[in-house]
Amino acid sequence: MTVKERKIPSPTAYPETEAFWKAAGEGRLLVKHCNACGEYHHFPRSLCPFCFSEQTEWRNASGQGVIYSYSVMRRVEVPYVIAYVTLDEGVTVMTNIVDCDPEAVRIGQRVKVKFQATDGGPPVAMFTPA
Amino acid sequence: MTIKGKACIAGVFEHPTRKAVDKSVVQLHAEVAKGALEDAGLSKHDVDAYYCAGDAPGLGPLSMVDYLGLKVRHIDSTDVGGSSYLVHVSHAAQAIAAGKCNVALITLAGRPRAEGQATGTAPRNFGATADTPFEFPFGSATVNMYAMAAMRHMHEYGTTSEQLAWIRVAASHHAQHNPNAMLRELVTVEDVVNSPLIADPLHRLDCCVVSDGGGALIVTRPEIARSLKRPVVKILGAGEAVKGQMGGKVDLTYSGAAWSGPIAFEEAGVKPADIQYASIYDSFTITVLMQLEDLGFCKKGEGGKFVSDGNLISGVGKLPFNTDGGGLCNNHPSNRGGMTKVIEAVRQLRGEAHPAVQVRDCGLALAHGTGGSLGTRHGSATLILAKE
Repeated sequence: MTVKERKIPSPTAYPETEAFWKAAGEGRLLVKHCNACGEYHHFPRSLCPFCFSEQTEWRNASGQGVIYSYSVMRRVEVPYVIAYVTLDEGVTVMTNIVDCDPEAVRIGQRVKVKFQATDGGPPVAMFTPA
Repeated sequence: MTIKGKACIAGVFEHPTRKAVDKSVVQLHAEVAKGALEDAGLSKHDVDAYYCAGDAPGLGPLSMVDYLGLKVRHIDSTDVGGSSYLVHVSHAAQAIAAGKCNVALITLAGRPRAEGQATGTAPRNFGATADTPFEFPFGSATVNMYAMAAMRHMHEYGTTSEQLAWIRVAASHHAQHNPNAMLRELVTVEDVVNSPLIADPLHRLDCCVVSDGGGALIVTRPEIARSLKRPVVKILGAGEAVKGQMGGKVDLTYSGAAWSGPIAFEEAGVKPADIQYASIYDSFTITVLMQLEDLGFCKKGEGGKFVSDGNLISGVGKLPFNTDGGGLCNNHPSNRGGMTKVIEAVRQLRGEAHPAVQVRDCGLALAHGTGGSLGTRHGSATLILAKE
């Protein structure tokens, strides 16, 4: 039996996010932190969306989190689980839950990062049950 | 400055087509423009303002004003997805109150059905936005974003698929009387929950239709509206908002209606309990439920109970909604349902809805739109309208 795999589109890296995608290529998940107001944010910006300070820096994320919400996309060629995961750093990121039974995915479940190859670009951060 | 009572909706037109194989988008825009002007009893020479959103071809007002042969002194191409047209009504009222124009024409048209678009299930690539690389690779489509909002609502408040299904059941009760509606068949709660899952927890019948068509509105000053041979529908209040992911503090349990609603109610000087008819954006059943809560028709988390047992069915429940059948059953032209929300509210206030669904002595109505995605970022627009 052949299992069809969903082709993951390559994310576009902009100057603002080059460091994020370089780290992803090395298997590290980064998250932006503002040294002026102390808040983490996502998706990453050069200006903090909470206080507009330029003093934002990349921090290594733990790669651990909890499923905030999810949905199993069924009416497509290759079904997949899309989700929002709240990282232990406090920000909620969109992702896929992979390497598990889609029927067993639950809100509140602990998950850990797993980088997944894309179609010709840097890998993206997906999550799998911890 | 307030727009309360400063402008009226004098003309409305909904295109009867649901599949426009042999017409272009610009042609549909022109047909609805003509229809709304005829409904108002005005001519194209009376129009001095034109509004459209991203469904219009080319550079919006530039392409359309030229095609239609208009001469305008006020334009607006605010594009906040399906909620754009409610924002346009508000902006037209503001421009009229400020003396910038007298007769504003707003048009919407599209043909996603003829073009075979996989509207709900195809991942949406928004191009060079900063969020796209962090969403598109994961297959963020329309239906699974709304589905995540529904899933979280169920988790936090115990909302059930059966409760969501009641919204579709109510829409079908109204659509059965609309000869133009795409889906006129009465459905039951069981029909909805037994229809195939598209993206958990949303079933096929939790989703709106994909249709072609369009609609248009004429907004004008009260003196002009009163000089025409149509019932006068005044704009009492309007609110608009944009809600996104809030820097990563994502909260899918409420929509921008929680912000746009209170602004509109305050301007109009009325309360949710005063509203006799509501047009509520219905891209999915969950959209309706969340907006009803956020607009204050019931407490947060109690939307499931509120929509159950036919409470949204005209002549049966306390809050008749989407009496044309809405996006769930009637149409969703260009995948943008805000225009038809305004049109049906105007029909109700004029007493021109289908007799089987007409709200008796309907004097005060609300129309609300959500454009974009509840799961990521969306525009919210609320209008409160009254019969003079």
